[in-house]
Amino acid sequence: MSSLPVYATLGEKIWHYLFRFICGCIFFFLIFPIIVIMPLSFNASPYFSFTKEMLSLDPAGFSLRWYEDFFTNENWLGSISNSFIIAIFSTLISTFLGTLAALGLSNPRFPFRTPVMAILISPMIVPLIIAAAGMFFFYSRIGLQGTHLGVILSHAALATPFVVIVVTATLVGFDNSLIRAAASLGATPTRIFFQITVPLITPGVISGALFAFITSFDEVVVVLFVGSFRQRTIPWQMFSGIREQISPTILAVATMLIIFSIILLTTLELLRRRNERLRGITPS
Amino acid sequence: MAQIDSASNIEQPLTTADGVPLKVSLQRTLRRQKIVALSLVAPLFLFILFSFLFPIGDMLLRSIDNTIVPSELPQTTKLLQNWNEQSGELPNEAVYAALAADIKKGAKSKTINRTGKRLNYEYSGFSSLFRKSARRVQRLKADKVESYRKELIKIDKKWGNIKFWQVLKRESGIRTASYYLAAFDAETNEKGEAVFKPENERIYVNLFGRTLLLSFFITLMTVLLGYPIAFLLASLPTRISNLLMILVLLPFWTSLLVRTSSWIALLQKEGIINDFLVALNIIDSSNRLSLIHNSTGTVIAMTHILLPFMVLPLFSVMKTIPPDFMRAARSLGATPFTAFRRIYMPNTIPGIGAGGILVFILAIGYYITPALVGGTDGTFISNFIAYHISTSLNWGLAAALGALLLLLVLALYLLYDKIVGIDNMKLG
Amino acid sequence: MSKLLKQVLVIMVSLSWMSGIALAETTLVVVSWGGAYTASQQKAYHEPYMKANPDIKIVNDDSAAEGAAKLRAQSEAGNVTWDLVDVVAADAISLCDEGIVEEIDADKDLAAAPDGTPASKDFGNLIVTPCFIPQIVYSTTFGYRKDKVKTPPTSIADVFDLNKIPGKRSLEKKPIGNLEWALLADGVPVEKVYETLSTPEGIDRAFKKLDTIKSQVVWWTKGAQPPQLLADGEVVIASAYNGRLFNAIEVEKQPIGMMWDWQVFDLDGWVVPKGTKNKAAVMKYLKWATDTQRLADQAKFISYGPARASSAPKVGKHAELGIDMKPHMPTAPANSKHTLLFNYEWWADNRDDMDERFQAWLAN
Repeated sequence: MSSLPVYATLGEKIWHYLFRFICGCIFFFLIFPIIVIMPLSFNASPYFSFTKEMLSLDPAGFSLRWYEDFFTNENWLGSISNSFIIAIFSTLISTFLGTLAALGLSNPRFPFRTPVMAILISPMIVPLIIAAAGMFFFYSRIGLQGTHLGVILSHAALATPFVVIVVTATLVGFDNSLIRAAASLGATPTRIFFQITVPLITPGVISGALFAFITSFDEVVVVLFVGSFRQRTIPWQMFSGIREQISPTILAVATMLIIFSIILLTTLELLRRRNERLRGITPS
Repeated sequence: MAQIDSASNIEQPLTTADGVPLKVSLQRTLRRQKIVALSLVAPLFLFILFSFLFPIGDMLLRSIDNTIVPSELPQTTKLLQNWNEQSGELPNEAVYAALAADIKKGAKSKTINRTGKRLNYEYSGFSSLFRKSARRVQRLKADKVESYRKELIKIDKKWGNIKFWQVLKRESGIRTASYYLAAFDAETNEKGEAVFKPENERIYVNLFGRTLLLSFFITLMTVLLGYPIAFLLASLPTRISNLLMILVLLPFWTSLLVRTSSWIALLQKEGIINDFLVALNIIDSSNRLSLIHNSTGTVIAMTHILLPFMVLPLFSVMKTIPPDFMRAARSLGATPFTAFRRIYMPNTIPGIGAGGILVFILAIGYYITPALVGGTDGTFISNFIAYHISTSLNWGLAAALGALLLLLVLALYLLYDKIVGIDNMKLG
Repeated sequence: MSKLLKQVLVIMVSLSWMSGIALAETTLVVVSWGGAYTASQQKAYHEPYMKANPDIKIVNDDSAAEGAAKLRAQSEAGNVTWDLVDVVAADAISLCDEGIVEEIDADKDLAAAPDGTPASKDFGNLIVTPCFIPQIVYSTTFGYRKDKVKTPPTSIADVFDLNKIPGKRSLEKKPIGNLEWALLADGVPVEKVYETLSTPEGIDRAFKKLDTIKSQVVWWTKGAQPPQLLADGEVVIASAYNGRLFNAIEVEKQPIGMMWDWQVFDLDGWVVPKGTKNKAAVMKYLKWATDTQRLADQAKFISYGPARASSAPKVGKHAELGIDMKPHMPTAPANSKHTLLFNYEWWADNRDDMDERFQAWLAN
């Protein structure tokens, strides 16, 4: 299907190019909204659309004022450190617990696998607003509402399913004969774990951790309820910014976040390749 | 791993090197493995239970909780059990005396006003009735009161209105169904039957309907847009498709709020799309299109946000379909369209199912995007749950709506499990 | 792996310990509305107070929009983390009714006017509930795009007149205020408004009037939205808080005009949550921050009227713009020919019902 055979009829030819054109439009729909806000964030005027100066590439139409605004505004700066503190700690918790659980679940003799799995990945399925409401009431009661710890724990809960799924997927390709081979050669279970299991699952754990990080870093519904102003994260600040006063500062933040996600995406892709390479050395 | 003693006697059961029968040893090892596996999963299981499932269960209990009424009006609610609310007569003096005593007790701590607020959800007027009564009952001197009924009706004539007593009796238990009734746009009439509210006062049934309809529409859009590009990606050589895949993955990895704000920049009245159309003289500057703060905005933005969730499962299914199928069909004389319709398409149905249910589940629970671009006719059930939690403070109703939404999602989740299996869920 | 856990624990403990150090001075968490409003409080109250009292640190928490809900949850849980909360009068009444906030003895807890008038007299009937210390009188009024309407609106009836003012308009997504305006525009005399609303026919009448413009209304939920909608040209006329409109007109120089007919007065002020850990410090701050001079100072930064009678003459020029603020006050004679004050008692009883009715009306 990828290239047109020489014997294609005229109709097929038209269809071939039409189809590519349609796909091009859909790709454009996917990517255009993300690309378009980057130049807008350098707008010199406080509008959300391209000014005449910008279209004529007049330097006067561009400025860094929204970036300046971002880096001098206490609310935004506070949100950066909150976002990182919350995302890092919830990633640590969810990666640790999720990896352990994935190791346990990968045992073929694990009892009640399906119901347990269903419970473990429920945070991914339950609508966020329900989770947020439940946590709002319950965490208020135990004094965790409006604290960093409360937000960290709630984000860790939301992120664990991603870790479990990604690490479990890594373990599916895991060749158990390696462990048996090591054991038959006299390695202790601890040694097997650190010398065989850990290196093989590390790429999976890291991509799971990345998923967990991005889950927390992007999350806004739960932090709106469980958190308070002092736990405001970047999405929190963006959400209230869009609701209140949508200034191009939000576009500047958005641009930086896009660059951040490009970095994450690249990391993930490199990890995936490494993982495939490592698996390649095991007999299948 | 236990070593098997190869020299074991054939008449004897197989044993390990230290003489334990192999069967026992194997069982022991398996049990140990099981325990290790369980204890690896246990921390996360408990964590999810306490930090996630327990809070949700706790909230859902609010949807039937009515403890405040019997605990704030203990004597009144007890005595009211003997009153026949269909008799057309007001309760007797003893009930009024009990009510005065209950109100007096609750007036000091002001908790009585919370009861008034709770009952005001059932029938407007309870709020001020209790507030007023709490102020004035405190001044009543027990030895000077001839009839509490007279005194209370003098304080507020609503105490002489049988409707208020009927509501009070109905809501005197520690559990209530009224939040669920309200969630179905129903109420209890004077005869105690559940009936639908008048047409112009119904909200939630329509809202659920709209949430489902818009979610279905969004799902449909993601299928229509996702199918061609998944097909293209699956049929291109890996080197090119990996490159194009970035165009799908980058939106997937970009913050939800970034994508929502760019849609606001694109769709608003003075936004890029309208400016573009005006510049091309397609529309007049005074007739700019309303693309946002309505259901159009919700559908466009959410289709964009959820599209990767459709493309990725479709792509992984299409990747597994051998190109030979199509070639075989063609060589047997099928037109390209027939080959596609009869051979390729049926093989992709599982992918459409998996992606479709996933998108649908995500869509019906969405909050952020409808809240920001939905206006009034593009908002979802989630937005109303949030409204009742933080604005109207009717937490019981929020819990009831949440329970219904959860039920819906769980049903779809089971369907997803049937079709795809939760073990097969893949990411990225 | 357990080493990792240990490290995490150590970091977490040390983090919480560090935040403990930071809290060694008394930190007061003051919840307010954010934006220009919090800024005016920061400049008029918090900054001078912190300068005079170095042991007090005032932290702003811009969560007032969810103030009532979070306060109620905190109180239900018995775990109050806020010290002072800025709320509108209607919320203050309901929080006070439920016993969630402290009652204040105005004459004992608040400063008297410079001439010795006790606080209860100075605030007068603006103390709508014993828990509430009013700061400002604000009004919800109308702003319109001067360049986009042919004839400027002059009365509330014009807002409901699609022929005179064609195009989108913006109203707050709440029944309170809109129902009153609908009846006033429909010719109900002001003294009959709540009487009319107390009958089912009266409510129908109000909604019928709203029906006439429903298709043209963009609903706003946050105070910053209507000036933005006007500035973006999304709507031609919008109800908005007068202070926000002042900002859009005088600071941002937007082509917006004001229409003060039947502006709705409302009050905004402080409540002290029951169970705050810093009650003594809060009360001390409150006494200072609500005295005559401080309330007058706030008007230098935002165009809301001070709640004390004795502050009014002290209102001067805007701190940065140098504009005389007196004519921009909602209480200025030219602006207050027709004004409406909410009947809070009526709304306390009917708010839930009207909210539901309103939501149903929006949805259908």
